[in-house]
Amino acid sequence: MPESLAITKFSDLANPTRFLGLAARILPWMAGITAILFALGLYLTFSSEGDYQQGMTVRIMYVHVPAAWLSMMCYSVMAVSAIGTLVWRHPLADVSHKTAAPIGAAFTLIALATGSLWGKPMWGTWWVWDARLTSVFVLFLMYLGLIALNRAMDDPGKAARVSAVLILVGFVNIPIIKFSVDWWNTLHQPASVIRVDGPTIDKEFLWPLLIMAIAFTLLFFTLHIAAMRNEIWRRRVSAQRRMAARMAGQTPAKEA
Amino acid sequence: MTALLLRDLKLSIRSGGGALIGVLFFMTVVAVIPFGVGPDLNLLSRIGPAIVWIGALLSALLGLDRMFQTDREDGSLDLLLMQEHPLVLTVLIKCLAHWLGNGLPLVIASPLLGLFMNMSEVAIGATMLTLLVGTPALTFIGAVGAAVAVALPRGGLLVSILVLPLAIPVLIFGVSASYAAVEDPAPFMPPFLILVAITMFFAVIGPIGAALALRNTAD
Repeated sequence: MPESLAITKFSDLANPTRFLGLAARILPWMAGITAILFALGLYLTFSSEGDYQQGMTVRIMYVHVPAAWLSMMCYSVMAVSAIGTLVWRHPLADVSHKTAAPIGAAFTLIALATGSLWGKPMWGTWWVWDARLTSVFVLFLMYLGLIALNRAMDDPGKAARVSAVLILVGFVNIPIIKFSVDWWNTLHQPASVIRVDGPTIDKEFLWPLLIMAIAFTLLFFTLHIAAMRNEIWRRRVSAQRRMAARMAGQTPAKEA
Repeated sequence: MTALLLRDLKLSIRSGGGALIGVLFFMTVVAVIPFGVGPDLNLLSRIGPAIVWIGALLSALLGLDRMFQTDREDGSLDLLLMQEHPLVLTVLIKCLAHWLGNGLPLVIASPLLGLFMNMSEVAIGATMLTLLVGTPALTFIGAVGAAVAVALPRGGLLVSILVLPLAIPVLIFGVSASYAAVEDPAPFMPPFLILVAITMFFAVIGPIGAALALRNTAD
């Protein structure tokens, strides 16, 4: 039964030590592949010809689109982890959505900043309040709010469960971002890569974009696993410090 | 359930500065605007619905952090958690009481502020109607934020930060419905119905989320 085998594997990972072992094994590989893909993607980005209308600025797309895609995927990963926290009490799910929030905020910031840089020459303005831009900005604010909430609570377990509730409630924003360009008539262009009738974007732009998207996605997972590993270590250190402090209180008492 | 509703209502009215402070804050916010943008009556009547809506949104946020915190402080939150009724229903009742105590006064005060803003009668009526329909959504969204931050010693500011992004759709459709009533080409009903839909959506999501968060923050 392959399915139950997969579930067993997944719950095996609930043991942080096993997760650390796996992370140590795959992290160098993931980092290496990410670096190669970035090198290839950036080479293709700069060797491809510019658009006849947009000129050089079209190259911003190769950073802007993957970052924007990741800002949404990161939130979806957090939402899945939040379900993991609330339903299965998976111990790593806590760590997962806590550490994903700053990474997601960073990618959202990149998407907003590059979009703004791109908007200045193309639309003639840094910022417009259209549906896509506004909803992504709201997503950015939600990431920051979640980080603030996580920092405000002392008990990591409680903070994880409470922010999981908030993540799931905030998930309503993701479909709004995705379909905002279809629902409202906006300045931002509608989807052109993932469509029912195939991509409307030219092959010359599609290949570098796809490679950059895969590179960004791998970068996210590399950073995420590394951040989870660091968080587990951080929790162990603080647990051992607490234990040491307790021991330190006991030893002189015995001597006296 | 009725007893809980009455108890919360009485608490919000009688305890020093629940509902009245909210209305006072609402009036202050709206009164500050003309100082900022200048006393141009034409401009004020044009931006009036938006100003009234933003003022209502801000004052609705003001009382949110007390929604569950007072109950937690005097221990009645634990009793609410332990009783046999589904917690979702209890939270829903508490939301209703909170809205009657804090949201409804804002709706009632809004026509007066509309007059200050030199808005036409139609605009005042439309703004009041949209506030009546939209402010419950703010309370339901706020309940999640209040439940999340209930255990925090200084959760008030955090509640506002967490709740405001989710409240933006309410603001968008509330204001656009108010404008649609005044300006001819835009129809009034579509944004108004979407506002109703948002309120009903959050009437389901809000109490469920708040109940979940309350169960998880309980020690």
